[in-house]
Amino acid sequence: MKWLFQPASLTQVTHLQRLWLYVITILAMAFLVTPTLVVIPMSFSESQFLEFPPKQLSLRWYENYFMSSQWMQATLISVKVAILSMFAATIIGTAGAYALWIGTVRFRTALWGLFALPLAVPVILLAIGSLFVFARLGLVNTTLGLTLMHTAMALPFVMIVMTSGFASYDMNQEQAARSLGANRVYAFFTVTLPQVKFSVISAMLFSFFASFDEVVVAMYISTGSGATLNRKMFASLRDQVDPTIAAISTCLVTVSILLLLISQLARSRRAV
Amino acid sequence: MSASLTSLQARRLNHEALRRAARRERRGLEALLLPGIALLVCAVLLPIGVMFYLSFIGEDGSFSLENYLRLWTTPVYGEVFKITFRISFFTTIIVAAVGYPLAFVLVHLPGRLQNWALLFVLLPFWTPVLVRTYAWLVLLQDHGLINDGLISLGLISEPFELSHNVTGALIGMVQIMLPFLVLPLFSSMKAIDQNLIAAASNLGATPARAFRDVFFPLSLPGFLAGILMVFVLCLGFYVTPAVLGGGSVIMAAMRIDATVRLYTSWGAASSLGIVLLMITVLLILVATYVGRRAGQGLFR
Repeated sequence: MKWLFQPASLTQVTHLQRLWLYVITILAMAFLVTPTLVVIPMSFSESQFLEFPPKQLSLRWYENYFMSSQWMQATLISVKVAILSMFAATIIGTAGAYALWIGTVRFRTALWGLFALPLAVPVILLAIGSLFVFARLGLVNTTLGLTLMHTAMALPFVMIVMTSGFASYDMNQEQAARSLGANRVYAFFTVTLPQVKFSVISAMLFSFFASFDEVVVAMYISTGSGATLNRKMFASLRDQVDPTIAAISTCLVTVSILLLLISQLARSRRAV
Repeated sequence: MSASLTSLQARRLNHEALRRAARRERRGLEALLLPGIALLVCAVLLPIGVMFYLSFIGEDGSFSLENYLRLWTTPVYGEVFKITFRISFFTTIIVAAVGYPLAFVLVHLPGRLQNWALLFVLLPFWTPVLVRTYAWLVLLQDHGLINDGLISLGLISEPFELSHNVTGALIGMVQIMLPFLVLPLFSSMKAIDQNLIAAASNLGATPARAFRDVFFPLSLPGFLAGILMVFVLCLGFYVTPAVLGGGSVIMAAMRIDATVRLYTSWGAASSLGIVLLMITVLLILVATYVGRRAGQGLFR
């Protein structure tokens, strides 16, 4: 216990004096991860009722999920829309962030506001508005409709990530390439892009997750056989607590851990 | 004489060419923005515009202010906004009170330990909101893990009412919003030059004073930005309060949902939505303005 009396910071506060902070931190960290982790043992329970720890193990809820054509179709739709939105938002957002970062375009502040707008608009307003508009354009329950909305909603994240990527990169390198005869497009793809590629990966992860995580808009503009996984989960979550949701959640948590690992790798590379 | 004229002409020609090149470059960059602008106009501005228009259409289909007047005169709507603000306020306060110490400790941890500890914030951030909401429902229900656990331990005989009320909504919302504050706050604390704190204590400041007068003011911009973000997200939050509040907590987003879904009354729903949007945008503008003023004050 000697470490308790050693200085914890440059101000010579001892760890003992900071103990209350450490207690808050540990409680907060437990509070943060408990819900993510608690679904995992639940999903392997045999019982239809909630028990913790499960008395008898079984894979029946996974069977329920993977054998149900409805759940599988919903999963497929979600993955498809998320991948499409990921590419669309990353490409459109990177182009936008690049143009705004260079800074010679007109109405720069207003345009920044426009690209950040989806963050500020209450999602429910976007949801009912898009339903009203899409119903007249025949876009309800289509991949295109969902992708449009999810791409727009992911744009602010891509803009933020890419702008900070461009900020830590020296644009003069691109100028140098151009003065040596490369045109702008060639200079961007051969000089700039390789150096911000980890920001691009982060932007892709963010936009994939933003689409995959989205419930409210999907609730309005995807129904029946066109419903996304989230929409179906939300519907069955409101009616009763079906343990199949625990199995699906465990699968999603596994995907989350995977995304987290990739983003951590991208981040540590980006920092170098 | 004639030589100086040509040099003047040459300079003008050069100037013209440079201007043309700059304009071409600017046009090229502006073209890069077009796909984004087109998408945002179709998917964001158009739906909002249509909702704005509908909010001024009365029951009989003509222009009227009745939707807004109803918001003003019917006490139910006032109640909805009061609850929305109260819950958002309390969520933000708790998130700020827990998030600041958490980010503070994280930023002072040594490298390896810090990476591990950060995972505890990042993992929930990358877990779908719906999964976390479901998990909280499992934990907090009357026959959920927490209540059953406490009953089987003999600590309580009747289950606590932890879900389908304000408590449940608050617990869930705090957990979901916490990473939105901690992650940006962490990176802004990380950017603070530790030498400044060392200098303060070298000049005789107590640790509390060094924190209050040096570290805290430097972390304040990041802290306030995070608080604003959390509050704005709370105002429009739908999923978690709808599930964990279980119908007894009606926030603005839920009211809008019910107005469209149950009563299909677009005018009423859109006017509510537009008011919510106006409040959000106003908050962000005021915060940006105040932040800029305070920022200028800091460096004067």
